[in-house]
Amino acid sequence: MSPFSPQLEARFRELMQRYPARRSALVPMLLYAQDELGWLTPAAVQRIAELLAETELAVREVIGYYSMLRTEPTGKYHVQVCTNISCLLRGGDELYAHCERRLGVGHKQTAADGVFSLEEVECIGACSWAPAVQVNYDFHQELTVEQLDKILDAYAARARGERTDS
Amino acid sequence: MTTPHPLETRVVSRRFDQPDAHTLAGYLASDGFRALEKALAMAPDKVIEEVKASGLRGRGGAGFPTGLKWSFVPKQSPREKYVLCNADESEPGTCKDRLILEYDPFAIIEGMLICGHAIGAHRGYIYIRGEYRYLLDRMEQALAEARAAGYVGKNIRGSGFDFELHAHTGAGAYECGEESALMESLEGKRGIPRLKPPFPAVSGFMGGPTVINNVETLASIPPILLNGGAWFAAFGPPKNGGTRLFCLSGHVERQGVWELPLGFPLRKLIEDLGGGMRNGAKLKAVVPGGSSTPLLPGNVAWDLNLDFDSVAKVGSFLGSGGVVVVDENTCMVRFALRIMQFYRHESCGWCVPCREGTQWLQTSLTRFHNGGGRAADVDLMKEVSENILGRTFCALGDAAAMPTLSILQHWRQEFLDHLAGKPCPFGARTTAGAVGAH
Repeated sequence: MSPFSPQLEARFRELMQRYPARRSALVPMLLYAQDELGWLTPAAVQRIAELLAETELAVREVIGYYSMLRTEPTGKYHVQVCTNISCLLRGGDELYAHCERRLGVGHKQTAADGVFSLEEVECIGACSWAPAVQVNYDFHQELTVEQLDKILDAYAARARGERTDS
Repeated sequence: MTTPHPLETRVVSRRFDQPDAHTLAGYLASDGFRALEKALAMAPDKVIEEVKASGLRGRGGAGFPTGLKWSFVPKQSPREKYVLCNADESEPGTCKDRLILEYDPFAIIEGMLICGHAIGAHRGYIYIRGEYRYLLDRMEQALAEARAAGYVGKNIRGSGFDFELHAHTGAGAYECGEESALMESLEGKRGIPRLKPPFPAVSGFMGGPTVINNVETLASIPPILLNGGAWFAAFGPPKNGGTRLFCLSGHVERQGVWELPLGFPLRKLIEDLGGGMRNGAKLKAVVPGGSSTPLLPGNVAWDLNLDFDSVAKVGSFLGSGGVVVVDENTCMVRFALRIMQFYRHESCGWCVPCREGTQWLQTSLTRFHNGGGRAADVDLMKEVSENILGRTFCALGDAAAMPTLSILQHWRQEFLDHLAGKPCPFGARTTAGAVGAH
């Protein structure tokens, strides 16, 4: 039984055709699997290893290398605060400290209700729009603490299934 | 979209204010694929000659002459050849490739097709960092349009030239921006660098001769082919051809990305484009080309022209075009620590000097920054840094050592001010930060 949707299975089949050797598709497959399941479950690792005719150990070796790949669940909204040099100079530390206080969690931790998780991340390529935060794949840039609060309010509201105009 | 600034020279960014340039129709309406048409009518050698004449040097950080790199690929090869685009933009201070991917993705495609014709390759990949998902989507869309219209695939526009091209996502690893680590990653492995030589032009992706170029480098190719190498070279001083995108960040009134001719005065970038120092503070230091480049004291930076040779003359590098401006109220120990946390986190662990050295340096810098520094550690950190330099497979070790050495050299007194029992005179946060708990 595949842990993936038929659409993702079809996407994987197409991906593996793109390269001289199908193993090349491994990193994208892992990331897309994580996008669908939220994290790389044992079943996901097993299925990807099977598709590529690799051992699970070989797949796990690769997972361990890449910062975005996770073998445990995160919150519905994963808040990634950049504190690298450009963001540091424009208040990235303050944004990160504020997230810790507001969400009640630290680096790579998930709040008890499962809505938010937090991570202090390396440069996300938003230096000229610093300080910047990425929530899942969405960029939020040139932020003040107040603006970040509004953004987090909007995500929290979305998690509660409320309509929001922000 | 970004509005042009009067001081800009828009070559690579000439479509940044065109709302539909990311669609095939919009691209074709503004000279799109005309350079490819011209290149396909030229002998491959002539294309390489034109790129050489442009003086174009790699925009990723190393600044290697692009035409020369292309010319290293053997004409005959028993193995398939490849063209790779390095869109793994991750150098702290750098955020320019993002704009090209967003506003002008077809220029990258066209640049890669031209390179393919020049070196005799028929397959390419665009390796985009995992965090840039919206740009991966945008590139996939552009590739689908290009393929449907016959600009990618077999017998491109009836020319007899075949070229297969795909986008490929990374998943979070600065090291994968290093060319050989990128190829490992593209082969579905951990991004560990390879020993060089052999260089990629001889043995790269899947062991085949490979050209790997940065996004901005490839996007510079179509205008060079259309207008001629000499035209491009004329924008900058000798041996520093063309324009490039500069990313300004840090303590300026206005951060931003602007395209300027090489040799543009840094002072004008800060004052005229950046609106001057934030809150009128004094300039203390400048990171001239991304976090890997040695920092320059404010007085040196103030009179600097931004081209490869001028920056090299004062002991640093033009690097990736990421200019980070640091004011007088910044704690340089804290700054050095944050840079080292980054490299320690990103060191792939393959080479001992880098893996162990970055850890040692982070520990020492953390101690200083928390007010527990030891006088002997100032020279010890210098020694550790010097023992990383040149002793690793790839440049990540050098990238960690160089800014550290420059900070130790120019701001030594600040370390002495952080000796045991003294609080940071700048009142900076005293925790080491969480990044690194990988």
